Amino acid sequence: MTDPMTNMPAMSPPRAVPIEKARSQWRDIWAQFRTHKGAVWGLGFLIFITLFVAIGPLIWDVDATKTDIRNKNMRPFYTLLWDSEARFTWVKPLGSDNLGRDVLANLMQGGRTSMAVGWTAMILAVVVGTLIGVLAGFFKRIDGALMRFTDLVLSLPLLPLLLVMMLLFRDTLRATFGPETGIFILIVVAIGLTSWMQTARIVRGDVLALKEREFVLAARSIGTPSRRMISRHILPNVLSPIMVSATLGLANAIITESALSFLGLGFPSDFPTWGKTLFDSIQYMEEYPERVIWPGLCISFTVLAVNYIGDGLRDALDPRIRGQ
Amino acid sequence: MLTYSIRRLILAIPTLLFIALIIFLLLLLAPGDPLANMPLTIPPEVREKMREALGLGEAWYIRFGLFLWQFFIVEPQYMIDAMFGTDLADGAQRIISFQSRSPVFDTIGERMPQTLWVVGMSYVVGVLIALPIGIISAYKQYSIFDQLGTLISMIGFSVPTFFTGVVLILVFSVNLGWFPSIYDTQLRVTDWDSFVAQMRQMAMPVFVLALFNASQISRYMRASMLDNLGQDYVRTARAKGMTEKVVVLKHVLRNSMIPVITVIALGVPQVFGGAIITEQVFKVNGLGQLLITAIQGNDIPMVMTLTFMFAILIVLFNLIADILYGVLDPRIRYD
Repeated sequence: MTDPMTNMPAMSPPRAVPIEKARSQWRDIWAQFRTHKGAVWGLGFLIFITLFVAIGPLIWDVDATKTDIRNKNMRPFYTLLWDSEARFTWVKPLGSDNLGRDVLANLMQGGRTSMAVGWTAMILAVVVGTLIGVLAGFFKRIDGALMRFTDLVLSLPLLPLLLVMMLLFRDTLRATFGPETGIFILIVVAIGLTSWMQTARIVRGDVLALKEREFVLAARSIGTPSRRMISRHILPNVLSPIMVSATLGLANAIITESALSFLGLGFPSDFPTWGKTLFDSIQYMEEYPERVIWPGLCISFTVLAVNYIGDGLRDALDPRIRGQ
Repeated sequence: MLTYSIRRLILAIPTLLFIALIIFLLLLLAPGDPLANMPLTIPPEVREKMREALGLGEAWYIRFGLFLWQFFIVEPQYMIDAMFGTDLADGAQRIISFQSRSPVFDTIGERMPQTLWVVGMSYVVGVLIALPIGIISAYKQYSIFDQLGTLISMIGFSVPTFFTGVVLILVFSVNLGWFPSIYDTQLRVTDWDSFVAQMRQMAMPVFVLALFNASQISRYMRASMLDNLGQDYVRTARAKGMTEKVVVLKHVLRNSMIPVITVIALGVPQVFGGAIITEQVFKVNGLGQLLITAIQGNDIPMVMTLTFMFAILIVLFNLIADILYGVLDPRIRYD
């Protein structure tokens, strides 16, 4: 057997490699993320729409629920381009509905609710999913029970149950927490409790693989207790699948909330959300299509942006793709 | 394989019973009173009698057992009676709707064809669109076609179906007047004209659901094709001198279809769930719309039956997907 070294070309003396500045992992991820064009656009739009609903009401200081019968059924300003006869006033740049409520203010206020529901429900789902996934992956004793439970919840008909839950607990929660907070809590909890299963499955799989790695064995051999093992060694390493499923969860929560509102089982009617505004405007859509189009576009573009961010994150967080 | 299927079938029974229990207990909490719409002049003792007549006086476990008995024994008996003219049921009590006071399954039977037509067609159309798109996208990865396909499928599952539906109504029935915006259930297909009318009223709901389904399935198809195109056996097939058509459509496609078929099977119950929203948009009075009106009207037996039927669909198609996987992929051995 020949020595493999002899077949190799003569080793050149080590060149002076310029020492690169140590780059953090997050900077690498950001660099990879930026190469995904759709993800960058998505992030840009998400920031824009967040600012629109967060800061918008401070600039466009109109109460979204205030009725103004004298200025009802106004058209948006751009209808003047093809129809100079259109009813229009600069007080309502995007028009007003059948009770004279301002469409622009409605979009901002509705967006606040939709985004708040989306983020909170997503965080709830991710926390529950991560907790169950880590527990099932890390502790062998409860793995079987927790995963059977996850499978069981996965085979429940979720949308019908969500509708039933909305109907059942609506009055109780409304009485306890007031109409708006009560419904908010109900929607967030209902969506959160019906969408944690995928996260739990993915996290469990990753934790199971991580447990076999040497660094976990090393940490165990110096006597790290399970609690610190999870927080120091397991959780940071399953962060990337959690982040990806968080973006999917956000998109899912926004769609579910607007679907519930659309089916008439969401927020009360004087409390605008994008889905609710869309639902209320459908009966007027032949004369006033803009009232349907704007909230619909807001939902669609936000969800599209979030999905693109998820796509980009998945590529950026995957070390096999990153750096190619 | 057969033992595995039988074992899974037997295991599905406790799962279904448990799901039924969860739904039942959830509905037990319902605050609404089915007698709320009765006149206030009814004396309290008569009202109590009426409650008992509806079966509300019993303990919950008796009502639960009764529901299971009616669902699994009595209703199939009635179904067999209706088909073969036998008399198995012998006038046994059926599941009665609180709202219409008629058997729940009669109403479901009336509503089923609309849902099956729209949902079934949309799923078939969705799959038929998705497969070629997925195959071509994978074969010509990063081409214009692939990028366009990615964009459209991204839009397809990001835009909620109720918005797609509303936009289609705005464009095609309000502005252009091509399709009706409301589904007419009374329409009977008897001749060519009524067939065309049926096709026209089905076009938009089917398209909305098909776009949503196709965008998901085409992603799976593309990913699965890409996985297989890089395999060694593809190089071997090409080296043997097979034409590109045979390599792609015979070798690669057959292997890529294995996971895709299970995804298609798993998607069927979800489509029924998603149809709830689409039926509401286009006013199709199918099962989804029945569920919504039942929920709003506190019609507990109807909600229970429908939700449980959805649950059975999910469990059944999970089972079918697992078994299909074992049948199609000889590498998977369950025994």
